[in-house]
Amino acid sequence: MTASNPKSTPTADGKRNTTLDLAASSLRDINEILQSAEGGEFRVVNPRGAHALAAGLEGDVDVTIDGHVGYYCGGMNKKARISINGNAGTGVAENMMSGRVHVRGDASQSAGATGCGGLLVIDGNASARLGISLRGLDIVVRGSIGHMAAFMAQAGNIVVLGDAGEALGDSIYEARLYVRGKVASLGADCVQKEMRDEHRRDLRRLLDAAGCGPEVLVDDFKRYGSARRLYHFHIDNIGSY
Amino acid sequence: MSADKDRWIHTPPRESATFDRHTIAEIHRAAATGIYDIRGFGAKRKLPHFDDLLFLGASISRYPLEGYREKCGTNVVLGTRYAKTPIEIKIPITIAGMSFGSLSAPAKEALGRGASAAGTSTTTGDGGMTEEERAASTLLVYQYLPSRYGMDPDQIRKADAIEIVIGQGAKPGGGGMLLGQKISDRVAKMRTLPAGIDQRSACRHPDWTGPDDLEIKILELREITKWEKPIYVKVGAARPYYDTALAVKAGADVVVLDGMQGGTAATQDVFIEHCGLPTLAAIRPAVKALTELDMHRKVQLIVSGGIRNGADVAKALALGADAVSIGTAALIALGDNHPRWEEEYAKIGTTAGCFDDWHEGRDPAGITTQDPELTKRLDPVEGGRRLANFLSVMTLECQTIARANGKSHVHNLEPEDLVALTIEAAAMAQVPLAGTDWIPGANSR
Ligand SMILES: Cc1cc2nc3c(=O)[nH]c(=O)nc-3n(C[C@H](O)[C@H](O)[C@H](O)COP(=O)(O)O)c2cc1C
Repeated sequence: MTASNPKSTPTADGKRNTTLDLAASSLRDINEILQSAEGGEFRVVNPRGAHALAAGLEGDVDVTIDGHVGYYCGGMNKKARISINGNAGTGVAENMMSGRVHVRGDASQSAGATGCGGLLVIDGNASARLGISLRGLDIVVRGSIGHMAAFMAQAGNIVVLGDAGEALGDSIYEARLYVRGKVASLGADCVQKEMRDEHRRDLRRLLDAAGCGPEVLVDDFKRYGSARRLYHFHIDNIGSY
Repeated sequence: MSADKDRWIHTPPRESATFDRHTIAEIHRAAATGIYDIRGFGAKRKLPHFDDLLFLGASISRYPLEGYREKCGTNVVLGTRYAKTPIEIKIPITIAGMSFGSLSAPAKEALGRGASAAGTSTTTGDGGMTEEERAASTLLVYQYLPSRYGMDPDQIRKADAIEIVIGQGAKPGGGGMLLGQKISDRVAKMRTLPAGIDQRSACRHPDWTGPDDLEIKILELREITKWEKPIYVKVGAARPYYDTALAVKAGADVVVLDGMQGGTAATQDVFIEHCGLPTLAAIRPAVKALTELDMHRKVQLIVSGGIRNGADVAKALALGADAVSIGTAALIALGDNHPRWEEEYAKIGTTAGCFDDWHEGRDPAGITTQDPELTKRLDPVEGGRRLANFLSVMTLECQTIARANGKSHVHNLEPEDLVALTIEAAAMAQVPLAGTDWIPGANSR
């Protein structure tokens, strides 16, 4: 870890708070430090849109990134809590297993793609294909989302406080979608569904976890999910494919 | 009416070349069911193939090596471009990616055992890695597919190499479909989907499109695995010259090129038979791209699609491949389409040698099924032994040819050792038509 020269200062609880500077160190060196850390707090400065930053983290670490990041930030994250003070490029938190990724700005395409667990919070808007092939990750977007969100989403929840673009939930499997604003159109096999108490509870839990206050009311949301009509290939559904 | 006159009224039955019996039966089938035919196996039509090439052997100007005495190397190192830990296989033949789901767990284990005994690698497939397969395989390549079913970073870290799948030769541009009958509870759990439903595998990756994105995806996979593991890019043979160049540009260590004869677990027959380039036609353009980029032998090329014996291996290597990969032949070595199951093949309307309904999960040989009773029929130890035998025969055959052409390593085989039996094969493989010095289409791409 020679190139990075990380500056460490002890925090109140005795953990080390380490600053990593992408202007001074290579991506590999910084990722190596983050990937091999079992705990602690890190601040990454000068990310300058770097790709694959803080990807593949395994430990129980807190990472704050000051600035915009490129593709796949926090990709395949296992336990880390990653906060991005900026916008995120394509595939932020893709295939995340657990932990938490928080984008303070906007997120580009395929945010949270194929995510398996944990929580992804996007304070701004998210572009197309949010939560594509989702497999258990929960996503909360405070702004609006682009088209084809939750395409083929298998499991997990997506909460959108703003509007959703076209073809929401196309070919969706068992994932649950909650949208407060307008939905431009629903994709094949995606339908509005009844909000029952279990869904209200679930939604409240997700809103709380994402830091949305009580002023965001569960009853303002509509729920969408699979009509399960395309679960078996059937010739009479040919128009849907 | 005299018998003689009758003869002239009724001509003997004549089959139409255009509407042959298979075509007529297919129209009847389509009219009865309203659905296209889905099946396993690879292209069944006759295509220009390795059989259309011959090796010249030694002569006055080329001297041969002694069989059984003089060494003829067969090892291949994969991933020398960027990976910190390239992998070395002892034979130039690997086992292609075939999913757990399409194949039973014992079949996957048998592939691992056979490959390991022969000193080569096997490959996961759609649906992720099983414990049995990891344990049975000394060298295991992890497929990173569009569906990402079962994708888990810990499994990537446990693998010896990563193969990003863009496409397959049997269906370049097609996704996958695993019918509900084959979705056992275990398969469903690995894929995070309800049991018993049809599972579509996406045809495009969810978080990247195009060569520039691919470069970033490769960077991410390298970062996640600390730049240790070789990264392969697998493409179906469609535009091999450009695809190879783009894979190299995106940072691949290895390019896997799968021709249209390549096997599949379940694809529309129309797709299998009518899309893609024959393996024979795909190799030279890929090698040309590598050579032009000064990457031949630096980025390794693995070729697959209809490889059946050591002669096919030798021919693929002579055309410039570093290694080959086998799917269908490996399943046949495990016992697929074996005459011992003839009675049962007959019951499901087929015969040994023609069984291709691998998608239905009723495989009498217990290979392409998840049925607990049928899967018991394949003993992974015995299956592994059979595959190891087959790999060893292929390697010996390849060496026999290489020695006869005077090569001390199978990689020294070259296009100059080959001639073609047909004009088509000569043009596709860019070797002379036998007995001439004519290479049709030489100097064109
Ligand atoms: C049963 C079966 C399952 C397959 N599953 C996959 C898969 O999951 N991923 C993939 O890239 N290719 C898959 N393939 C294609 C093989 O990896 C390989 O490209 C092909 O079998 C090579 O051609 P060959 O069968 O003529 O040897 C599968 C092939 C078969 C026969």
